[in-house]
Amino acid sequence: MDTARRDRIWLIAGGAFLLVAVVVGASTGPAGPDWWRVPAELVNRLPLIAFDTGVSEAEWKIVWQIRMPRVVLGGLVGGMLSIAGASYQGVFRNPLVDPYLLGAAAGAGLGATIALTIGRGVTASWPVDPVPTIAFVFALATVMVTYTVGAAFGGSRSGVTLVLAGVAVVSFATALQTFLLQRNLEVIREVFQWILGRLSGATWSDVRLVVPYVVVSSIVLMLHRRHLDVFRVGDEEAATLGVSVGRTRLVIVVAATLGTAAVVSVSGLIGFVGLVVPHVVRLIAGAGHRRLLPLSLMGGAAFLILADVPGRMLTRPAETPIGVVTAFIGAPFFIYLLRTRKVAS
Amino acid sequence: MSDLRLADLTVTYGRRSRTVAVDAFTDAVHAGEWLGLIGPNGAGKSSLLRAIVGLVAHRGEIEIDGRRVREMSDRERAALVAYVPQQPLIPDDMTAREYALLGRSPYIGYFGSETRRDRAVVDEVLARLTLEEFADRLLGELSGGERQRVVLARALAQQAPILLLDEPTSALDIGHQQQALELVAELRRHDELTVVSAMHDLTLAAMYTGRLTMLDHGRVVASGAAIDVLTAARLRAVFDVSVTVDVDTDGATGESRVIVVPRRSLPAP
Repeated sequence: MDTARRDRIWLIAGGAFLLVAVVVGASTGPAGPDWWRVPAELVNRLPLIAFDTGVSEAEWKIVWQIRMPRVVLGGLVGGMLSIAGASYQGVFRNPLVDPYLLGAAAGAGLGATIALTIGRGVTASWPVDPVPTIAFVFALATVMVTYTVGAAFGGSRSGVTLVLAGVAVVSFATALQTFLLQRNLEVIREVFQWILGRLSGATWSDVRLVVPYVVVSSIVLMLHRRHLDVFRVGDEEAATLGVSVGRTRLVIVVAATLGTAAVVSVSGLIGFVGLVVPHVVRLIAGAGHRRLLPLSLMGGAAFLILADVPGRMLTRPAETPIGVVTAFIGAPFFIYLLRTRKVAS
Repeated sequence: MSDLRLADLTVTYGRRSRTVAVDAFTDAVHAGEWLGLIGPNGAGKSSLLRAIVGLVAHRGEIEIDGRRVREMSDRERAALVAYVPQQPLIPDDMTAREYALLGRSPYIGYFGSETRRDRAVVDEVLARLTLEEFADRLLGELSGGERQRVVLARALAQQAPILLLDEPTSALDIGHQQQALELVAELRRHDELTVVSAMHDLTLAAMYTGRLTMLDHGRVVASGAAIDVLTAARLRAVFDVSVTVDVDTDGATGESRVIVVPRRSLPAP
């Protein structure tokens, strides 16, 4: 079987997994219609199709206004973090890298802390909720600082200096955040909740907020699939093959960071997804970026949608933070996969 | 086929110490010629090759068919010069075919992907290097000799008229060394490639290359036919080694071969 055909089969499988995840996500929840009526109703709502599924308008409202935004946002966040993680890992040729490497998360955390310290009392009258906006701006600014520091000392060709600069800048931002928190103990709980990440309370307007970033960033990253494959032979050899290493890396990092900053500012810091999903895809479908990027996008989306299900069902009415669930399900699965693959090879 | 001209090529390392790795190297390698660079470790052979492909900053001029390399884009240069590094970074989880396809990069547009023609070129190269059976195997599963051939396949897939090889055979056993060099010799003849290779084995260098240039501390010590460059006195001076240089003339063809044999300084046990 030729490669193009195998690629197609993988993409179809990924799409099917994502579809299943969306249906499962839309069908489960503490209130609302019987779970098995939801898929039927979803089909019913398609144009040109009409039949009676026994779902009332009020029940449909729960599905469409409460569950669906959450499912879609979960998909966008999971997909974005995974494709960004896969790209970061590729461009730095480092398997331990995640999309938070250059400071997107630490910056967003610092921004959110600052926004929350200003106090809800002051910001309630503002036209936009300042937390996501300030988090977004800080995330981008932090990555920019990292890039400037890294490029100044290592030259644009050195990925290692950039990673090290990331470590330094992240520690600095975290230290600032800790200092602020220590001076404003009353917001600790709120900040902590933000850091753990959540999809609860997601609305369609949250979705609209992140969609453009996720779409643009994913398209740019997908267009660089071949470049990421060339990066696998190292910066120097990539350069002798005609790749402008510094410039290409900058484009990829900017795209991945923009999307990451956008989703982090809306959903908080959901860990683990961006690191592990690309690895799971690599282990299952191979390391070539032609498959890795689209499958990470779809697999990450499906994974986060599914991870959100136990989060809202287990400890209701309270919610388990999704970051806890992702690590709880993901870590053992990843270890299992590593083990079986090792035995197989 | 292309001419490679180097004029006053100088490579220095370090901001303060200014170690001169290559000192005003001037030479012209003509289309279809094979130039062997020899010299002790640190003589500047690798730096010279790396400067040609833009991996280290240099002063002086590098021209290919009269065009300055400095003024070319990375892609333009890559279509003219293929480079095989001393220790290529080989991703274990890539197949031989995927790896060789990377050699087509200079011909693929920024947002483009490989065309049928690119795949055909790679298939042809793999067949030429008798690698068809390894095409879909992962590089991590191949032996050292097979990998070396795959790296060469990537360079040939570049279809560049100039091929630079940095110690192409240092990791191979004597059989594979000969095989790899025979292959380069045959490709050079057949495709009229211009080859510049850094080599450690002086006998092999003398046997395969058309001309030898000996470097020491970044400077050219001697350049010319092997029989003139490889003298016992010069080797002692440059490599600090005691050798016997034999010249063996083939009775049938009249070709002479230069053989460098190291001499023990103590009697054999």
